[in-house]
Order: sequence, then C-alpha cells, then structure tokens
Amino acid sequence: MIAPDDEAGFAAAINAAVADRAPLSIEGLGSKAGFLREMQTAETLSTRNHAGISLYAPQELIISARTGTTLAALEAKLAEGGQHLIAEPPHYAFLDAADQTIGGVVAANLSGPRRVAWGAMRDHLMGMRAVTGRGEVVRSGGRVLKNVTGLDLCKLFAGSYGTLGVMTEVTLKVLPKPQATGTVVLYGLTPEVASRALAVALGSPFSVSGAAFLPQEAAMAVGYERAITIARIEDFADSVTYRVGQLGALWAKFGAVETLETAQSVALWRAVRDAEPLPIQPGDAVWRVSVRPSRGAAVLGAGHGAGLFGYLDWGGGLAFLTGPATMAAHEVVVGAARRAKGDWWLLRAPPELRRSVDAVPHEAPALAAIRQRVVASFDPAGILNPGRLFAA
Amino acid sequence: MITLPKPKPDVLARRDAVHEGLRAIMQDRGVITDATKLKPYETDGLSAYRQMPLAVVLPETTEQVAAVLRFCHQNGVRVVPRGAGTSLAGGALPLEDAVVIGMMRMNQIVEVNYRDRYAVVQAGVTNLGITKAVEADGFFYAPDPSSQLACMIGGNIGMNSGGAHCLKYGVTANNVLGIKLVTIEGEILELGGTHLDTAGYDWLGIVVGSEGQLGIATEITVRILRAPEGTRAMLAAFDGNEVAGACVDAIIASGIIPVALEFMDRPAIHACEAFAHAGYPLDAEAMLIIEVEGSVAEQDWLLGQIKEICARFNPISLKVSQSAEESAAIWKGRKGAFGAVGRISPDYLCMDGTIPTSTLPLVLRRIGEMSVQYGLQVANIFHAGDGNLHPLIMFDANDPTSMHKAEAFGADVLRLCVEVGGCLTGEHGVGVEKRDLMSVQFTEIELEAQRRVKSAFDPEWLLNTAKVFPLQAGTASAGPDALPHAA
Repeated sequence: MIAPDDEAGFAAAINAAVADRAPLSIEGLGSKAGFLREMQTAETLSTRNHAGISLYAPQELIISARTGTTLAALEAKLAEGGQHLIAEPPHYAFLDAADQTIGGVVAANLSGPRRVAWGAMRDHLMGMRAVTGRGEVVRSGGRVLKNVTGLDLCKLFAGSYGTLGVMTEVTLKVLPKPQATGTVVLYGLTPEVASRALAVALGSPFSVSGAAFLPQEAAMAVGYERAITIARIEDFADSVTYRVGQLGALWAKFGAVETLETAQSVALWRAVRDAEPLPIQPGDAVWRVSVRPSRGAAVLGAGHGAGLFGYLDWGGGLAFLTGPATMAAHEVVVGAARRAKGDWWLLRAPPELRRSVDAVPHEAPALAAIRQRVVASFDPAGILNPGRLFAA
Repeated sequence: MITLPKPKPDVLARRDAVHEGLRAIMQDRGVITDATKLKPYETDGLSAYRQMPLAVVLPETTEQVAAVLRFCHQNGVRVVPRGAGTSLAGGALPLEDAVVIGMMRMNQIVEVNYRDRYAVVQAGVTNLGITKAVEADGFFYAPDPSSQLACMIGGNIGMNSGGAHCLKYGVTANNVLGIKLVTIEGEILELGGTHLDTAGYDWLGIVVGSEGQLGIATEITVRILRAPEGTRAMLAAFDGNEVAGACVDAIIASGIIPVALEFMDRPAIHACEAFAHAGYPLDAEAMLIIEVEGSVAEQDWLLGQIKEICARFNPISLKVSQSAEESAAIWKGRKGAFGAVGRISPDYLCMDGTIPTSTLPLVLRRIGEMSVQYGLQVANIFHAGDGNLHPLIMFDANDPTSMHKAEAFGADVLRLCVEVGGCLTGEHGVGVEKRDLMSVQFTEIELEAQRRVKSAFDPEWLLNTAKVFPLQAGTASAGPDALPHAA
C-alpha cells in the first residue's frame, strides 16, 4: 500500500502507475472495499496518512480537511464549534473498517436521513483539490458558499468512487447543531399507509428533517415491537416542542402517536442512518434503491416477496434491502427499481456476486459514450479504480 | 472589451441554405431571419454588448430542439441557447455565425406532484411561474433570483441561479431532480428523474451551471417545498461596515440561520430608499435585512434573539416588521435595488463575486478606494450569509472612457474577490463578461480539465462558443482546432 502524506506523493504514485500501466485501488481506510464491483488492481493508494483539518471558520459555515481525515475527527472538530455535517453521513453497520475518511464519504456521496430535507454530501461540497489520473492537481469550487465559476467538477467527483482522481482536500458547508430533536412515532402501519403518512409530514410546513418507515422485523432490531413510522424535527427547543405537537395532530388520523425526546430520538435516527435495522446475515448482499417516495413501499414489497428484508428512509424515497447474495435476488431488486423509475446500487456483496452483475444501472448508449469520454479525460490510462462503477 | 471569435466564413456563405434547413425542420414556424425581427435577440442583460445572430429558432418541443441541434451539428453551425435573455454576464450574447435557440415557447408546466413534491416544467417556464403554479396549495420553488419574474428555469439551469434565500434553501443545483438534455448531436438524454440520489456520475451536477456548454435543457424536474407557516423581516442599521459585518458573524455564531441575511451599504440604502420609500435609515453606513420563518410565536422568539444580538453592536436603529405588509415594504427596496441604481445612473455594471464573509470590511474599504481612483460611484449589495457580493458600478455607456473605466473597475473588484479567497461569480455565471478573468481563478491545467469535459459533450465546440473559457491568446478562435484536447 502506498499512503502518501502530501499531494506530491499522490501525484508521484499516479505517475508511476501510469508509466507501469499498473491500476490502483484508491481508498481511505478501506471501509467500503466491499462496495460495488470488484476490481483487479496491482497496488492500493490510500489517503489515510493525508489527514488534518486545514481550515475551520464556524461563522462562515465552512470546514476544509485533507481527505484522509477520519469522519470521527472531523465531527469532533465541528462539535467544538457547535456545528455538524448537514447531510448526516452514515456509518453503515456493514462497513469493513471501524472508521471512514471524509474523502471516502464524499467520493461515495453517502448521506443520512437529513438528506430528504437538507441535501446530500454532494450538495455541501463547496470545494476540492484532487490529483487526476494525469498526475495533475485540479481545484474546483473554493471556500465560499456560493460559486458558479466554471464547470462544477466538485459534483462530478462527489460520488465518482475515486475513478476520476484522488481527492486530497475537501471543503464542506456546515451548519449549527440543533438545540433539540424530537420524533413523532406511529405504530403498526403497512408500508403503503406509512408512505402516505410520511408524505403528509414532509408536505407539512414544520421542517421535518427525517422521515422513515421500519417494518416490524427492522423495528425489532432497534428495540421496537411493531413497525414504526417516524418523523423528526430538529431546531431550537421551543420550536421542536411546538412542531412535534402540530405534526402529532396532523398524524392523528393514521393512529395513536407517541413522541420521543432528544436522547431517544438521536439514538433512533443514528440507527436508521447507519442501517442498523437491516438483519444482515454473513454472506448476504445489501442493496440501496432511490425512487420517488411514493414508490418505496412497492420496492420493499417486491423485495419481501423474494425473501429480502429492509426499510425505508427519505420519506420512502430510499430503500435498503438485504438478503441472500444471489443473481435471482439481484434481479428482483433491479426490476423493482426499474418499475419505480429509480436507481439502485449493489452496495455490498460477496466477491462472486460483485463479479457477475452490474453494481449500478447502465446508462443509455448516448450517455454511456459521453461518460466514457469524460472518465478518459481525467484518467486516460484507466488506472484509477478501474471497473469500480462500470465494467466498461 | 471582450473579443468575439471570428465568424466561420463558410457558415456565413451558406446563410440562405441554413435558413432553408431550419425552416424545413420547423415547418416554417418560429424561424426568424429578418433583420428587424432579429434585433430583440442581439443582446441580453449585459446590454453593452450586441451582436446580430445568423438566425433565431423558437422550438416548441424537445424533438424540434433535437432536430435543430442535429442540423447545426451536421452543418458545423454554432448555437447560442437563450431563455428570457436576462443574463447579466452575456450568457446569451449571439455570435454572427450562430443560430440562437430561444426556449420561450416551451412554457408548459407538464406535471405537478404534491405527494412526491416535484414539478416537471419546460425550460421556458419562468422561475416565479413555478411558484405561482403551486402556491395556492401551499408550496413553492425555492431559488429566487432577483429577475425571477422574467428569468426562465432553463436559464437558471445554465447559470445555477441563486437568490436571497439560498442560505437556507440552496441554489438551483440543490433543487433539481431531473433534466431532459439535448446534446449537440441531437441525442435526448434523461438525467436524474424524480428521485433524490442518482447512481453513477452526477450528470445533473455538472450540467447545472454549465452555461449552455454541454447541451440544451428542455424539460426540468424541480423539487417543490411546502412553504413555512409564515415569514417576517427586520431591519438593523449601523454606523459602519465593520460593525455590521461583526453582527452578521454573531448571528451565525448564535446558531440561528436566518432564511435571508442581506447587507446594503450607504449608497445602496440611499438609492433604494429614493426608489421604494421603504423607510430605510438614511443616516446609516450599513443596513441588514434579516428574515426568519415559522409560526408567529417562532418568528417572535427568533427576531427577539436577533434583536438582542444586534443590540450588542450599537445599532442606529432596529425595526421589526409587525405585519406581512411591513415585511414586503422592507423587501421592496432590496428587490428593486437594480432599478433604483438605474434611476440615479444611466448605466451600471452589476458584479457578482463571492468573498469569505470575514473579509467584507477589507473588501468594502478597497472597493471604496477603487471608486475614488476610477472616479465612478459604486453601491454594494451583499448576501451576507453566503458571502455573495454585488457591487453596482455606475457609468455612462455613451461615454467610451466611462465604460472602459467601469469594466476595469469591475475586473479589479473580481481580482480582489479571488485574492481574499473568494471567486469571480457567485450566481450570475461567467458568460462573456468574466471569461477573460478565468485565468485569475484557475490554472491552465484546471481550465484544461474543464475544457475536456466540455469536449466530451460537444467535441466541435459548437455550443455557446466563446463563453466561459478564455479564447486562445492571439487567435480569437474558440474552436477545438485552437485547443489542445484530451489525448
């Protein structure tokens, strides 16, 4: 493993790999090594030694960190300023390492429950530095909140899983941590009714910042006996009390509501964020499906019919599914996502399945041709995480 | 002055054939070739620059856009996409050898879905038109550029438009779920959809803000949001820029993120008050407009907190609006700022840099010095929460020296923005206006990385040529032949 502690080290490693035609695995701590397609690479290039916070300006809502900085370290720094990462990035229970790097979180564009109201990691990536597959340093964006200067390469790099370049520094928009958190709970609903209740919550004027449905087996994994439908409010304490009350009144037509105070709420939403409700068995696969919220229940239903279990976040717009890592199960997930006109990821699976199926949907031919040209423009030798996202 | 590329002689020579071809595709509807009818299209919101195009086409369907682009691609004809023509950066400025594709006839709202909180609209729907279509049901479309009455969502996609409320709700890129994009080859791409996260590369993210360099958006799926229970504004006036800036920092540090936080300096206050009679304090050096939202009780609590914070900075006056009418009056001055400055000066340039908010006092001091040095007045309006600064430089376009000075002044301001850690443009875009300053912010390597992405979508560089990217030195050419491309 090559793990440079400065940008020049990444450029040197990439230049050497280009010269040797020796593909590189790009990673931070390797927590997502089991995600998406399997790769054949000669060497690993890690950001793990390139750590540290380079700028924190709480009054400007901005933090910059070298990409090997751990999520835990970044969150601890922000807590000192009473702030947090807006997209609430998950720390999935099924990761392969105890922590993740901020570079990895951005490169995978992984966001938690708050995404439904406040945007994804990609929405808060204000600036970055990266070393491309040409060994060149490229900056995009900056350290300010509003910037439309030139093409927004930040967006291309967020979610690119290290296939365009190795990000060396990221600058993120942050926000004050809310004073209080409250949750309204409905018990025992079917997925279809739950999805209607979540739409009512998200369509209300009360700034709901989390909206999830856990079927019974998922709810049991986090300490509830029946299915739960939950909506979260985060704000100043008096506002939370008021809005939880208003939301409870709106939800009364769906059944008896209960409310959770800050401590219980924070624990429950952390579990939802981290996919803890998934009953993952050794050797199982995990899929993630993004659809319009009203179609989430159908995705869950299709999975259930094929022996897959899961739950819904983002008001029904994000389904997590887990179950046997078989081609048949994979086809069920793909079919359900396609019928819902949504997208899917084979997030994590044993090598056999990762070798035999796509990890994300194929683009239409015209877009695939553009994608190949864009990727080649950053990595002409095809040495950065080759095949991680697409086979060709 | 901005240099435009040399027109392609072979295209000019085939003018009649190009007109014929376009008429055939459009079945004789919506093709403008007559000089007097072309005239309204010769400029946009950057009206100091004018250029008559080869033709204007006004398509009514995505398929027509595709057919026109395919035709232009096959014939090597350059294309300039246009929405409402409100660009302050010259994003829709025509070229002599280019066909302008105007999107104003594609003005239909295709679908509104409250359950899943999205609307599908054609590119020629105005920004405010989206909110108008859903507000009776309590919803709105969040980005609100000052030009929202006229500007079109297609243009908002091009420029990644912001507005006064993006501190809370984000800019266009954060509020778009899907785009139907037509490539220069006439392929119709479906990017994103009606869901939040899309798999693979973030094509929506690179297309939004690409200023028509990658394709033409014909249909856009936007997020619509439920409006808050209510909003209310307050005014806080101070006797110095430093102290007003420090007050902004203190508000943010308190954990309150107002939905809008606007800053105006003395010249801006005076211009706007004379125009709108909003009750702005004329003895102030700086003024903040602060807006919060929620129930009446929530508004009272938040404004009470903010008032207490402001009080620590010796305000000249604090005025909390007591009604929706009073809030509207407070905003009327700010939203009318451009018109107000237009009344006291024959012409003005509206700059659009972003700066780290902590550098505001320094930047305003330096702009004041430049104003003396160039002998031109300037009024500053600032989205204080997000650092987006709009200096309005006043000049007389009939006086070439005055105009030349104003451009030099503006360029100096933008260099200053980059020098203090900011950027050239926060929400207006690069267009032709800031094209030649791109090398102040980016290295040649970085510009080349962006150009290669452009080339991946538009290999012959026919789309909105001569915008965004500096022309190659000395050649006044912007075609791929002048650019060292991807290996």
